[in-house]
Parts: sequence; C-alpha cells; structure tokens
Amino acid sequence: MAEPIITIENVTRRFGTLAAVDNVSLTVEEGEFFALLGPSGCGKTTLLRMLAGFDNPTEGRILIDGQDVNRIPPNKRPVNMVFQSYAVFPHMTVADNVRYGLNIAGVPRKEQDARVEEALSLVQLDGLGPRKPDQLSGGQRQRVALARALIMRPRVLLLDEPLSALDAKLRDQMRTELSTLQEKVGITFIMVTHDQDEALALATRCAVMNRGLLQQVATPNDLYEFPNSRFVADFIGTVNLFEGQLIVDEPDHAVIRSPELGAGIYFDHGVTGAKGATVWAAIRPEKIELKKRTEGDTAPKMDDTPEGNNVVPGIIRQEVYLGSESTYEVEIESGRRVKVTRSNLTRWDQEDFAIGEAVWLAWHACSPAMLQS
Amino acid sequence: MSQAPGPLEYLRRWPLRAWVTGVAVFLYAPLISLIVFSFNDSKRNVVWQGFTFKYYGKALTDESLLTALSNSLTIALIVTLVSVVLGALSAVLLWRFRFPGKTALEGALSLPIVVPEICMGVAMLVFFAKVLPWPVGMPWPFNLGAIIISHVSFCFPFVTVVVRARLASFNRELEEAAKDLGAGEWRTFRDILIPHIAPSLVAGALLAFTLSLDDFVITFFTAGPDTVTFPVKVYSMVRFSVTPEVNAASTMLMVLTVLATFLALRFQNPAKDLAERG
Repeated sequence: MAEPIITIENVTRRFGTLAAVDNVSLTVEEGEFFALLGPSGCGKTTLLRMLAGFDNPTEGRILIDGQDVNRIPPNKRPVNMVFQSYAVFPHMTVADNVRYGLNIAGVPRKEQDARVEEALSLVQLDGLGPRKPDQLSGGQRQRVALARALIMRPRVLLLDEPLSALDAKLRDQMRTELSTLQEKVGITFIMVTHDQDEALALATRCAVMNRGLLQQVATPNDLYEFPNSRFVADFIGTVNLFEGQLIVDEPDHAVIRSPELGAGIYFDHGVTGAKGATVWAAIRPEKIELKKRTEGDTAPKMDDTPEGNNVVPGIIRQEVYLGSESTYEVEIESGRRVKVTRSNLTRWDQEDFAIGEAVWLAWHACSPAMLQS
Repeated sequence: MSQAPGPLEYLRRWPLRAWVTGVAVFLYAPLISLIVFSFNDSKRNVVWQGFTFKYYGKALTDESLLTALSNSLTIALIVTLVSVVLGALSAVLLWRFRFPGKTALEGALSLPIVVPEICMGVAMLVFFAKVLPWPVGMPWPFNLGAIIISHVSFCFPFVTVVVRARLASFNRELEEAAKDLGAGEWRTFRDILIPHIAPSLVAGALLAFTLSLDDFVITFFTAGPDTVTFPVKVYSMVRFSVTPEVNAASTMLMVLTVLATFLALRFQNPAKDLAERG
C-alpha cells in the first residue's frame, strides 16, 4: 500500500490548560475526500489549521508526503486552503486573485495566463477574470477561492466549512460540484464541517471529533450503521439510545435487558463484552416498524428474534408529516418516548397511524447497534 | 397655503430654524467677513471702501510672508511623511501584537491628542532648551528640525487612530490566504495589508498635513527668529495692525486647510463614494 499523504501522529494542541486537540492520530490516503466532523469547539478547525501551518502542535508531529512539517511555515507547505470567509482579496480582480500564488512562485506571465484561464474554467467562472470580487455572488466568490487554491496544484486541498456560508439551494449545488471537482482534479481534499449531512454526502471517509478527542474514523456508511460510541451514534443522524445490562453473550447472539425499554434487545451477533456490563443499544428511527395494536393482543414476533425481544407496546404521542416520510414519537410503558420514522410509500400511508393510537414497536435483530461507551 | 409641519419635520418649526440660523451665523459669519474684507480696498480693515485683489498681490510678494509659507509647507510635508510611517506602524503594532505594557503604550499614544496644546508647547520649549538643544544657525531645512519633531509628536497619534479604525475591519483570513499561497511576511504586508489601509493612510496624511500647517501654539514655543511659520507670521502681523493683507493671507491658509480636510474625508469613505457613483 502506498504511503499515506498525511500522517498525524499523537498530535496535541493546548491553549493554556485546555487541549483543543488531544492526542489525535490518523492518516489520510492519496485521493481521498476526507471530512473532519464534529460540533463547534471540538478541535476540527484547529487540526486543519495545523495542517495548513497557521498553528503548531504542542506535542506530536504531522507528516505531509512523508515530510515532517512542524517547523515549516504555511507559505512553504504543499497544501492550500479554501477559507471559511473565502478570503478573496477585495482589491484585486478575479484573475489577479487566482494568479496571486503563481506570481509569488515566479511563474512566467504566459504560463500564468494559461493556467488562470484553465483554473477559471475548472470552476465555471470563464470570462469573469476582469471582475472585482464585490461584483460577484457568494457562490462565485467561493469558486474564486477554489480556483486560487487549485491553481497551485497542491498535494492536499484544505476546506474550512466550505458550504456553511451559502444558502440552502446553492449549498446542494456546490455539494455536487465539489465532489465532481475532486474527482476531476484527483487532489486529496480535507474538509472541516459541523454538518453531518455534508460530511456523509461528500466524504469518502470521516473523522468524528468531540472535545479535542478523535471518536471514530470510518466511511460515512460505517459511521451511521456501526457507530462506536453514544456520541457518534447521536451526532450522526437521529437515534434512540437505551441503557441496559448484557445478560446473554453467545458467539452468535447477544441480549441486553433494558429496564427503560421493558423488553430484551436481541442482537444477531456476538460481542466482546463482559456479561453483566452496562452497555447501550442504539436503534435508528427508520429501523423501527410500527404495527397496529388492540387491547389483549399478543405481541407480534419478528421472524429472526426469539419471543419477548425487540417488541414493545406504546402509544403514539406525536406525528410530524414531512412529505416523503412521517416521524412519530411513541410513548412506551416507562414513559420514555421513542422516535420512529416511516416512509410514506403510498399517498395514503400517513393516515395509517394517528396520535393516540396504540401500536407495537418492533425491529429486526440486525438493526440495533451495541455501544460500550 | 402650505400644510402644517409633519411630526419629524423639525426644520419647518420656528424654534429650530432660529437655532440653526444662530449656529450658522456664529460659526460662519466671522469667516465670511474675514474673506470679504480681504478684498477691501482700504488700509483700515473696518470700513468697506471698494473691491480689490491688491492685498493678495501684496501678500504674495511679501518676502517674509513667503518665507514663512514655504517654511510651513516644508514642515507640513516632512511631518506628514514621518507621521504616516510612524502612525501606521504603531497602529499595526497595537493591532497585531499582545505584549506587556500595551495598554500603557496605547494611553501614551493618545496623550498628545488630549493634552492641552499650550502644555505641549511649554513642554516642547523646555525639552528643546534643556534635554535636546537644537543647534542654532543650521542651514535650511535643518533649522526647522525642532518644529518638525514637535509637530510629528502630536500629528502621528492622529494617524494611528485613523489607521487603527480601518484595521478593525480587516479580515485576518486575507492575510492567512496570502501566506497560504506562498507570500512571506513582507509580501503579505505589501500586497494585502497596505491596500486595505490605503484610504486611512491618505486620510491620516491629510489630517497630519492640516494639523501641522495651521498649528500655532506649539510652533510658537519652538520657533526661533529665523524659523517663522505662516501662522506665527500672521500673528506677528496682526500685532502691528490688522490690514487686509493679513486677511488675504488667512484666507489662503483657510482655503488650503479646508481643501485638505475635504480630501481627507473623501478618502476615508471610499465605499460611500463608490455607492454615489453607482
């Protein structure tokens, strides 16, 4: 396997006593679209700034292309950055903005012109070279920032919250464009974002951070379906978390008893945990089925689950119709409310369940994720 | 018949009209009479005799008045250059860095702005008498050194204030973007920071120029017999008699000052300018 383009080794950055980035280690491979994801203040921007060279680790080291860059200033690093505010130079024309880096590098004027034109057409700003930044829209200014960074042919392009300043429609469009662009230029992208949708949609791999600590590094799919902690499960998407004790731990199945839920949670896989340990089950709202219930009913049985597990009775307390789907809040016996999402497969589906109705909540043995922390 | 004034049309109510008129009279009437009587064809200043440009000609051929004017302009020019460099650098220093004694330095910088001019003048007199005696009889323009130094000391804080205000609106990411694209400290300063603060540099320069050009009090204490500036010269002329020549000279100084102030204001609001031009 090729050497990773970026290696972060035990990097810590302290501001006073506070560790903004706390002993983070990760690698990024060539050609990846990597996302640093986390709530604000989690240290993701600090980490990005250390890659760019605007900040230095208190401990640990960063390698770019195998080279230790700790003492290398930002203007000497083979990375370029697209800033959150875009930082387009207001007193220069679009072309001069894009040209700026080449100018400093001493690239001959002829070559500059050709590369500026190429870069502008790459971000679909053909012909806007003579404009001043204040004559551009927010989306266009971002494209200028992209062109200005990409023209340097960096080894890695760093993007700081690239879509946060755009309005919703434009954000969707730029999201698609960013990933097309990345495929076209083949440069490694590292993006910082607090928006999980953005990260899931764009990234080939994500690192989730919280309070300076790296929580999980995985593909978007794995982050959503196989989170490794309550924080990740809760941060990515919506989730129902139930605390319980591990009471059965066999090689091919496991059961959690959760007093809060009032039923067993059956898993179709074994786990590496001590029997009796406190663990958590994470169940996504769309993985829970709603079934009609009448007084005196026997609980339905899921075909892959032994009786008495993965089924609980409840009453619908809230319904929100979202068009493509409806979300419900179902109160179970302990008083706890469980979130359930149901796709509206036909035009009448949302009328199947109403507020106040008695229902069964049921899920398959492969649906919940077991979390040990 | 016009309608009754609306609730916010204060200018159509008589008390405010009277007030505005009063302000205008007391502010501008003296200046206007100064200008009007500079065209008075009379040796005595108080009685109107007829229109003439004679005293402008006289003022412009008065050897000592011209020397004073050229002294003033030379001083103002040098003071402006030094103040802009010093003021801009101290503004950047205070904006960019945190260091022990920063608050003290900020306070010290605003001192020349708030200290009464007469105190500054006396202080300068003592300074140049006891601490740094400026050699007498130096060739022009070195004989103006003491005045230049004293002017710089009260002019550059004004430049600092103006430049700092402009720096407050600077987006630090612009600087980082330049460095990210390969620029070193100096290029970043030249290519990114200077263009951003340029309007405030021009405004500060014109402010310093005006302040230096028409300063009387501090100059009076630091000027020697062979280093008379324009305002000091006008003052000495007035002590003999207020002739229309004094009026003519004052009018010219006033026009020069107003022009510089006007330009300073225009450069301080480039955005507004742009909007006006469409």
